[in-house]
Amino acid sequence: MRPNTVGWLMLAPTIAILGIFGIIPFIYVLYVSFHQWNPFGASPDMIYNGANNFRRLVFDTEFLTSIAFTMKFAFFAVLSEIALGYLLAQLFMKEFPGRGFFRTIHTLPLIVAPIVVGSVWRLMTTPSIGIIPYLLKSWFGYDLNIGRDATAAFALTVIMDIWHWTPLVTLTLLAALLALPKEPFEQAQIDGANRRQIFWHVTLPMIRPAILATVFIRLMDALRTVDEVWMLTSGGPGAATRFVGLHIWKIVFPKTDYGYGAAISVIVLYLTLVMCWLLYVALVARRERKRTF
Amino acid sequence: MQSRNPLLYLALWLLLSLLTLFPIYWLFVISVKPAVDLFTTPSVILDTVYWKNYVNVIGNETLRGYMINSLIISTSNAFLVTGLAFLACYALSRFDLAGKENIFFWTITNRMAPAAVFLLPFYLLFTQVFTFGDWKLYDTKIGMILLYCTFNLPFAIWTLRPTIDGIPKELDEAATVDGASTWQVISEVIFPLARPGLAVTLILTWVFAWNEFLLAATLTSFNARTITTGLSEYVTTTGTEWGAMAAIAMITLIPALIIFAVVQRHIVAGLTFGAVKE
Repeated sequence: MRPNTVGWLMLAPTIAILGIFGIIPFIYVLYVSFHQWNPFGASPDMIYNGANNFRRLVFDTEFLTSIAFTMKFAFFAVLSEIALGYLLAQLFMKEFPGRGFFRTIHTLPLIVAPIVVGSVWRLMTTPSIGIIPYLLKSWFGYDLNIGRDATAAFALTVIMDIWHWTPLVTLTLLAALLALPKEPFEQAQIDGANRRQIFWHVTLPMIRPAILATVFIRLMDALRTVDEVWMLTSGGPGAATRFVGLHIWKIVFPKTDYGYGAAISVIVLYLTLVMCWLLYVALVARRERKRTF
Repeated sequence: MQSRNPLLYLALWLLLSLLTLFPIYWLFVISVKPAVDLFTTPSVILDTVYWKNYVNVIGNETLRGYMINSLIISTSNAFLVTGLAFLACYALSRFDLAGKENIFFWTITNRMAPAAVFLLPFYLLFTQVFTFGDWKLYDTKIGMILLYCTFNLPFAIWTLRPTIDGIPKELDEAATVDGASTWQVISEVIFPLARPGLAVTLILTWVFAWNEFLLAATLTSFNARTITTGLSEYVTTTGTEWGAMAAIAMITLIPALIIFAVVQRHIVAGLTFGAVKE
């Protein structure tokens, strides 16, 4: 038939671009991570120093807290988004006038640039110009100041993420719910199951693959959140919202300690890949097990 | 479950839509207020509309340059990515290439790594390795266009693959029997049928490139600086110009809003498509 050379030629540009911008940076950052290198420091040359960068990293509390913050953020944000997204998807299953219109509006936050999302929430929550602190003050007498209150700032990053990404969860779960067959539900109703039983024993097992896939995508994105938070709090107050990406950007770059920064990048990449891999295994393993039954 | 009043759901969704839309409305409110009015009692109701913030932003030559850069970079990137992904998907779908499923999976993994991790290597490569005498890839539009391929190309391949796979192979074969070359098959048989999928891919990759911030903020300084980084510059200067910042944010939002209004149905389909592979 047709020669495969043509096929390879069509793939070549893609492989070339992703190779140059995907593989070379990875090898390069790995190489730099084993060196002491600060071009603007006392010794501007690259000096091989084995695993010293990685040894230093284990005791770097700033880095470790940034990892902890990121995990905490991803946990709260993704959990709320899945719960809320599922409820909203169920609401979209009902018949009511203007359903398509509301679905369109609900999708809107998805296309807003993360940096704009950060700006919007900053404009809403900055004391003296924002509407939220004003309303909280006049209705409940609560003083919201994300420039000073670490807990409030952290909670706000989570709320912002929920506003931005719940629509994605709603859409994917809605697609899964729409694709479900009707018979098991009818059968369960005939058998006299109540709503809670139907949810736990019929709906949930059937849409579990979709839920896991959504968690997978959302978790990956939540772990690398930078833009929105950078705009909203710049990592403050103190270091209360300094997530890993922000840490690399705000601490590593200005210090030009490239060897150490490379080591951080390698470790963060490693952690992300391990987590993705674990989730992927959980996803696939579940499916395989189902098939054997 | 049909027993409840649909009006109840309608009311619930009206409330939820209000919550969804309010932040964007508030952005607009701030963007059309003069600076002196900002620090009075915050009010939801818009009594006067003051367009000066927009006039100032559009009149600012630097910001206008950033907007043009953003337009050039995201448009070139979207076309490049969609074209390359189209060819790549055709190759993956129609040719019997050794290890093609592995290659397909590898392209996807390029999207998984957090961008922050690659800031440092990209910065070093762009300033010290990818250089040509005095010329470096740092702060060039072509550098950003190629760089954005790392996250857009996997996405495009991922969303286009099912479209191309869905076009029956018999059509190619019939055309080949009639004496069409591979190129003619692609341009006259596959392309017209894949056009809706290509359009959605083009639009979504365009929006992703337009919205990107972190890489642009690190790898550009002036010549290739984009509007999203221009927006961030208004915060570092202690955020004194709230109105201007809101106006830039609004301008950054407008192209996405227009695209959304025109093709929202396809975008919704495209988004669910990427996430639910079942």
